[in-house]
Amino acid sequence: MNTARSNPINAIAMHGALILYTLIALFPVFVILINSFKTRKKIFREPLALPDAESFSLVGYQTVLKQGDFFLYFQNSFIVTVGSLTLILLFGAMAAFALSEYRFRGNMIMGLYLALGIMIPIRIGTVAILEMMVSTGLVNTLWALILVYTAQGLPLAVFILSEFMRQVSDDLKNAGRIDGLSEYTIFFKLVLPLVRPAMATVAVFNMIPIWNDLWFPLILAPAEETKTLTLGSQVFIGQFVTDWNAVLSALSMAILPVLVLYVIFSRQLIRGITSGAVK
Amino acid sequence: MHKPRIRWHIAIFLAPAVLIYTSVMIFPLFNTLRLALFSKVDQERVYVGLENFRTLFFDPIWSEQFWNALGNNFWFFLVHMLVQNPIGIALAALLSHPRLRFAALYRSAIFIPTILSFVIVGFAWKLILSPIWGIAPSMLDAVGLKSLFAPWLGKEEYALTTLAMISVWQFVGIPMMLIYAALLSIPEEMLEAGEIDGVTGFAAFWKIKLPLILPSIGIISILTFVGNFNAFDLIYASQGALAGPDFSTDILGTFMYRTFFGFQLQLGDPHMGSAIAGAMFAIILVGVCLYLFGIQTRMRRYQL
Repeated sequence: MNTARSNPINAIAMHGALILYTLIALFPVFVILINSFKTRKKIFREPLALPDAESFSLVGYQTVLKQGDFFLYFQNSFIVTVGSLTLILLFGAMAAFALSEYRFRGNMIMGLYLALGIMIPIRIGTVAILEMMVSTGLVNTLWALILVYTAQGLPLAVFILSEFMRQVSDDLKNAGRIDGLSEYTIFFKLVLPLVRPAMATVAVFNMIPIWNDLWFPLILAPAEETKTLTLGSQVFIGQFVTDWNAVLSALSMAILPVLVLYVIFSRQLIRGITSGAVK
Repeated sequence: MHKPRIRWHIAIFLAPAVLIYTSVMIFPLFNTLRLALFSKVDQERVYVGLENFRTLFFDPIWSEQFWNALGNNFWFFLVHMLVQNPIGIALAALLSHPRLRFAALYRSAIFIPTILSFVIVGFAWKLILSPIWGIAPSMLDAVGLKSLFAPWLGKEEYALTTLAMISVWQFVGIPMMLIYAALLSIPEEMLEAGEIDGVTGFAAFWKIKLPLILPSIGIISILTFVGNFNAFDLIYASQGALAGPDFSTDILGTFMYRTFFGFQLQLGDPHMGSAIAGAMFAIILVGVCLYLFGIQTRMRRYQL
């Protein structure tokens, strides 16, 4: 080990800088969470104190659960996210397999065509998307959101998955063909299980933007029964601006599901980013 | 040997993705650009050519709003480039240090704001910066800087920069992760060779690592550009569709939303909304092309 790179003063300075930034990153979340469990008086008097026996209160959560339909919103967000992820993964993997496995005329063009959407945001087309959803009667249904998020997620999914599918050994697939397996069986039974890690990466990349999106729920599905959690909390907080207990509790309830998902999937997400899947 | 036959399975594998992508993304995109060439006159849709764009760029009322939103959007982007990306690179440089303990812990914690929705982030900061609650003023008071406090989100001259900084706080995790990945892929031998020549510490970062991660810095720059010129949620969540105070935080996304749906007494206008979307499309396209043809192809890539 050389001394040049393991100087104790350097190490302390590095940890100091990282701890400082970690505190900046976590401080707002921490303040919201602790204050959501306090009485109104204590929220204002001692905003940085942890809730104790005296200041503990769930009044905000009671208001939220009474006034807002948070379980419905949660369910809608869940359906939209899982539905879109399923379609992105299934259709994305199928297209990626076609592009990476077969040589056919137009393969390259098709690949470029699908890749266009990686850089161009789907929001640009909002006016026409809304018009289309209105004319097909899909407006204010969860299907409208699922379709939009699927279209938005497909380009990157096809790109990442076809990179990975090129690495699946040809011998394996040809052995399958000699055994008389159909192309569909080869795809579903041989190739898909082998690219599972890449599928997980694609799923995690898409999950967070879909769950957090405000634009399309606001425009395509603002009805009470189709509100997602993000839109629901936006509207709820807008109505309860002066009820700080309710606002803080609503924020905490919106933070928790993503935080739980992050704790479960963070390793996958970070491995996905750092493995160069998006480079 | 090969007889020409249609391989139906290829079409079947491709069909669902291509159909959804074409009908929900590509077709509406072009349809929006087409709608920008129409206008509504007496409940009828009439073709007006580039008239909407002329209104948008030159009509006194419209153009003032448009240039305001565009200028704000550039400032929003500039703050991200000057603050978010350097901090992200610095954090990545620290994290990639080979003998740093708890690196995974720091990395996961610093990434947490990125996973939160704009609604949460917008409201959380609004509460923290609120003069009513007083967390920000009392914290500044604790370090003797109370006089610096101002209702940052409520003042025209600070609001946009404050929001840009909130957005930086939220998204610093993305450049951090991408640069971190790039730094990890630099082979150890290269750094050791530098060490033998006496290049260590900061010098090693500037002279060896930075040139090697330039392509990744290019990627985060274009991702930041596209993300910023398409931003909407944070401003809407914290300042509403009017992007107050007095439109000082209005960016293209909120301007388009307001135009499309209408606000207060003004009725929504899908055609002007489409024209703004067209302008956004052009700006993003120019940015992406500049990156693809101007920067990416000229950048020196080193074989690692």
